[in-house]
Amino acid sequence: MTHVSLQKLTKVYPGATEPSLDRLSLEIPTGELTALLGPSGCGKTTTMKMIAGLLAPTSGDVTFDGRSVLKDKPEHRGVVMVFQNYLLFPYMSVADNIGFGLKMRKVDKPQIEKRVAEMLELVKLPDLGKRKPAELSGGQQQRVALARALIVQPNVLLLDEPLSNLDAHLRFEMRDLIRSLQQEMGITTIFVTHDQEEAVVLADRVALILDGCMKQYDRADVFYKRPVDEATARFFGGQNFIQGVAGNGVFEAAFGHLELPAEAASGVGKLTFRPENIRLGSADRNTLEATIAEKIYLGTQTRLKLQLGEETIDLIANPNDAEHLQPGNALTINLPPEALWVLQS
Amino acid sequence: MVGRESIGIRSFRFLTGALLIIWLVLPLIPLAIWSFARGWFFPSLLPKTWSMKAWEYTFSDTAGVIDSLWLTVGISLAATLLSILVGVPAGRALGMYKFRGKEFVELLILAPIIVPGIAVVLGIHSVFISMGLNNTVSGVILVHLIPTLPYMVLVMAGIFANYDPAFEAQARSLGASPLKTFWYVTLPAIMPGIIVGGLFAFLVSWSQYILTLLIGGGRVVTLPLLLFNFATSGRNDITGAIGMIYILPGIIILLLTARHLSGRSGAVGGFGQI
Repeated sequence: MTHVSLQKLTKVYPGATEPSLDRLSLEIPTGELTALLGPSGCGKTTTMKMIAGLLAPTSGDVTFDGRSVLKDKPEHRGVVMVFQNYLLFPYMSVADNIGFGLKMRKVDKPQIEKRVAEMLELVKLPDLGKRKPAELSGGQQQRVALARALIVQPNVLLLDEPLSNLDAHLRFEMRDLIRSLQQEMGITTIFVTHDQEEAVVLADRVALILDGCMKQYDRADVFYKRPVDEATARFFGGQNFIQGVAGNGVFEAAFGHLELPAEAASGVGKLTFRPENIRLGSADRNTLEATIAEKIYLGTQTRLKLQLGEETIDLIANPNDAEHLQPGNALTINLPPEALWVLQS
Repeated sequence: MVGRESIGIRSFRFLTGALLIIWLVLPLIPLAIWSFARGWFFPSLLPKTWSMKAWEYTFSDTAGVIDSLWLTVGISLAATLLSILVGVPAGRALGMYKFRGKEFVELLILAPIIVPGIAVVLGIHSVFISMGLNNTVSGVILVHLIPTLPYMVLVMAGIFANYDPAFEAQARSLGASPLKTFWYVTLPAIMPGIIVGGLFAFLVSWSQYILTLLIGGGRVVTLPLLLFNFATSGRNDITGAIGMIYILPGIIILLLTARHLSGRSGAVGGFGQI
């Protein structure tokens, strides 16, 4: 039960000219599951290590419930980090690995054995206590690593790319396990990932970090509907950016004008909208005539490239709706005002 | 590997193995025979009369062989222990970190293997005299570190070059103090290296002659010194008996640690693996 706060956290590695992490400030409420999202090398793992106490920041502060923990050694912070490659101790059995944290806390042996058995049950590996880590599959190793971290009931749990080494079907299983254990125990959890889908499905809140700077910190859906800038929108798969001027609730583009939602910004900027939010057919507002330039069938969806005056936009349609559409055809579409957003330049 | 080799390769392997054993074991046979002989002269193939006298003398109180044996064991163990204490951190630094002048440090550490001991021991002798370390057991132990350390550091550098320090970060994160992290996580991982390096160090110290003779000043009489005395005074029977005792630790240690000496262990890679 810990509120984690990062204050202007900065790391410049010795010999580097650019900071790996530049004044990152973040409030992570008690018991929440937060994702640090960003491409590899953006400073995510650096941030985790500084929270865990494994790396000293160049400047800035890390506080737990308002108290700075920078002077606390890693073993006294109440933070457990689960590394991407699990790092199970190869010389110890699975049970000894899980019980390691309690042994370091001088818990007596019968108590450790009891707690280890409970944890093995919890991660659904009840019979594997005597095995060596090398005898386990990747998914099993991941669960042992999780059990080893949770057994000490940390105040803060850090997960480094928790799903990245797993097969597709294991990822969903693991995601559900992490989510349910985290909610059950109410541990403030921070995980890093480069995969926006992973961040969206697992996290309460997502912090997007690009080039060592935090771009946006919000609930996952906000990144899709209301991105702060083009880079953020692009990171989440945004394709449509149209240059123009916004004012009085209307966006003026080369091909015509569009009605905007009330909270949209005004001034010169770029109009953006999700390809899946474009509707086929006409409506009362924002109806446009486009020409189909290209059609790509993707199984569960069909992607259309549309020519809209000088602009090319992407549209994602239901494959059934798009079945009879062919390149060269004219197509009537409409953009609901609530699906539009203006990025100021 | 097994079963798919041609007969040629198998017989070649058998031949080299047999040659190696002959090369190593054959010279020991006359030594063993001598220790039970009472007079063995050309051209007899075997001694005319047999005797246990050499062995009786060797184990008697007057010979001092047993005292010398324990002294040698103690010196070699102490030199091995000190080599481990110095060699593990030094090997870690060389194997895991990049730093300015690393190649020079590597060269310095390897130098005692390249430079003959006798070339430097005279200088060391005068330094030890000024420090009061000459003619003492601690002086001998200390001077043995010169030839033992390179082996220890070399082996440990190879081990640490293939070692992932993230395991230590993981242990700290799980609540282990630095000391407990070393004990439970680092030590088990580097144990093969400590065993192999320690074995080298022990045997190198065990076979020191010149360094012991000069620094010990004749007061610290280890087994090789005693052996040399008997060998030069023409007592082949006693030389044979002491010689048998002298080679014993090498054989015992080799048998105990043979599995760590296979080429697959990172412990025998040395600087080549850094």
